[in-house]
Amino acid sequence: MRITQGTFSYLPDFTDEEITAQIEYALRNNWPLSVEFTDDPHPRNVYWEMWGLPMFDLHDAAGVLMEVNACREAYPRHYVKVNAYDATLGRQSTMLSFIVQRPPDEPGFRLERQEAADRQIRYTTHPYAADRPTGERYDGS
Amino acid sequence: MAERWNAGVIPYAEMGYWEPDYEPKDTDILCAFRITPQEGVPPEEAGAAVAGESSTATWTVVWTDRLTAHEHYQAKCYKVDAVPGSPGQYIAYIAYDMDLFEEGSIANLTSSIIGNVFGFKALKALRLEDMRIPPHYVKTFQGPAHGIVMEREYLNKYGRPLLGATTKPKLGLSARNYGRVVYEALRGGLDFTKDDENINSQPFMRWRDRYLFCMEAVHRAQAETGEIKGHYLNVTAATMEDMYERANVAKEIGSIIVMIDLTVGYTAIQSMAKWARANSVILHLHRAGHGTYTRQKNHGVSFRVIAKWMRLAGVDHIHAGTVVGKLEGDPAMVSGYYSTLRDNHTEADPARGLYFSQDWASLPGVMPVASGGIHAGQMHQLLHHLGEDVVLQFGGGTIGHPMGISAGATANRVALEAMIKARNEGRDYMKEGDDILKAAAKRSHELDVALATWGDISFNYTSTDTADVVSTPTTAG
Repeated sequence: MRITQGTFSYLPDFTDEEITAQIEYALRNNWPLSVEFTDDPHPRNVYWEMWGLPMFDLHDAAGVLMEVNACREAYPRHYVKVNAYDATLGRQSTMLSFIVQRPPDEPGFRLERQEAADRQIRYTTHPYAADRPTGERYDGS
Repeated sequence: MAERWNAGVIPYAEMGYWEPDYEPKDTDILCAFRITPQEGVPPEEAGAAVAGESSTATWTVVWTDRLTAHEHYQAKCYKVDAVPGSPGQYIAYIAYDMDLFEEGSIANLTSSIIGNVFGFKALKALRLEDMRIPPHYVKTFQGPAHGIVMEREYLNKYGRPLLGATTKPKLGLSARNYGRVVYEALRGGLDFTKDDENINSQPFMRWRDRYLFCMEAVHRAQAETGEIKGHYLNVTAATMEDMYERANVAKEIGSIIVMIDLTVGYTAIQSMAKWARANSVILHLHRAGHGTYTRQKNHGVSFRVIAKWMRLAGVDHIHAGTVVGKLEGDPAMVSGYYSTLRDNHTEADPARGLYFSQDWASLPGVMPVASGGIHAGQMHQLLHHLGEDVVLQFGGGTIGHPMGISAGATANRVALEAMIKARNEGRDYMKEGDDILKAAAKRSHELDVALATWGDISFNYTSTDTADVVSTPTTAG
């Protein structure tokens, strides 16, 4: 399966040039960029690990791409995403967030159903990869 | 002054309801009414009559006014402008002191402002065009249960419009078949599916059965995609007790969003907004029935006023027009509605129908919803006219796809992401829209088929509700 979180999951994976174009869009809007990674892609996993702090003072797309690539090299089998943030009053939130690396194989999720009274079912979504400890998912690294 | 209090009937303008020198206070609620006086009624008198009848006056002098600080409570018509190009019509500007209204009550506000006065014989027609709600009064309302920013953070979806679809046929499906449509649309790539306004609890499908099957569909689609999904379960019902019962079941079985119809009334909407905030459930509002009083230009209430009331009342979503779809919506007017719903501050802009500047004092924005006759081939126009903070709902444009519902959903999502990507890359996406879609369709058979099916469909009819300052009505183009 292919996890469809992020702004561009229905398009083919981006090249470095395409990633750079999106970084430049964020920088034109004065949105600092950040890089995050995880091996727990549960849709409710809000807090992916931060690859350093948001790059508030880095206004050079090539520099941002270097950080993206450094993260991808350090965690070659994790999910990695790039976020752009708008600190403007009234927004103060993420404006763009797209996946730039996926594990080679995405096993997906098991849907668990707990049958309860009066036909209700309690649903739980469980990532198959999360059966193993963090760091050992997606074939090791 | 003595004549002012003689028993009998005197013109409203002479009773203090026409005050051309009045300077509105920052705390006043201001209204712009389009008035069409009967023959022989001077526009100032007609404006004064509206001010009178929507505040303290009755048809004759009453001595009991003298027991009050009546000048404080009297609404004041302070300006009347002829409408260019529409003989016999005027815009009357009226100021109301905030003390006239109960804090945080749309019902009370509207009982004054659009109460008796709309049936007033001295006028042929009357339309409430816009209101300026001062921050002092704005702050007495809850506002959106969550608002645009909180909704996006809750859904973990950024940087693009959200995608939805209304289940079709809107009436007649059994609960099991209905859930199938929901599942296919969500797993194909939509963020939301939706009950239609008239799906409540009918003989062919009772509400609880629908809710249970829809939740199976939502959770299955969520597990298939790893992405948060939702279905607007319509909780509209005959009584508040029924609505609370349905909403509570929806929450308990895991729905992240419920919906109500505008037909439930302002008080019920405010109640559901309180419930939605207390229970962490997003609240969608379908504007069922609004066309009966918003569409005609000379009589009724403009939708921009309804949009303001609903932002105060506290809904998270409201249908606000598509520009390019099958339903009424002049581009400039729709742009004004969207600003009214989303922005923290809007400047007066007659070309977009905004008569007053409006400061929302950090009240969260409402997510506008575009629904009705839109399809993937219009993606560039939709993004251009409606921007990014919007739910684009493709009902027929998803479910009618020749390869199936899931393929229809995928086509819409691919088209959307391709257009956002092109926009962010700095391309002139309005001009190159067709090329961008065609290029994306080379790598998406679903989109290719969608474009072949609907690519040329458009609804370019002239709108009835347009700005007066625009000499020629605009079409979607």
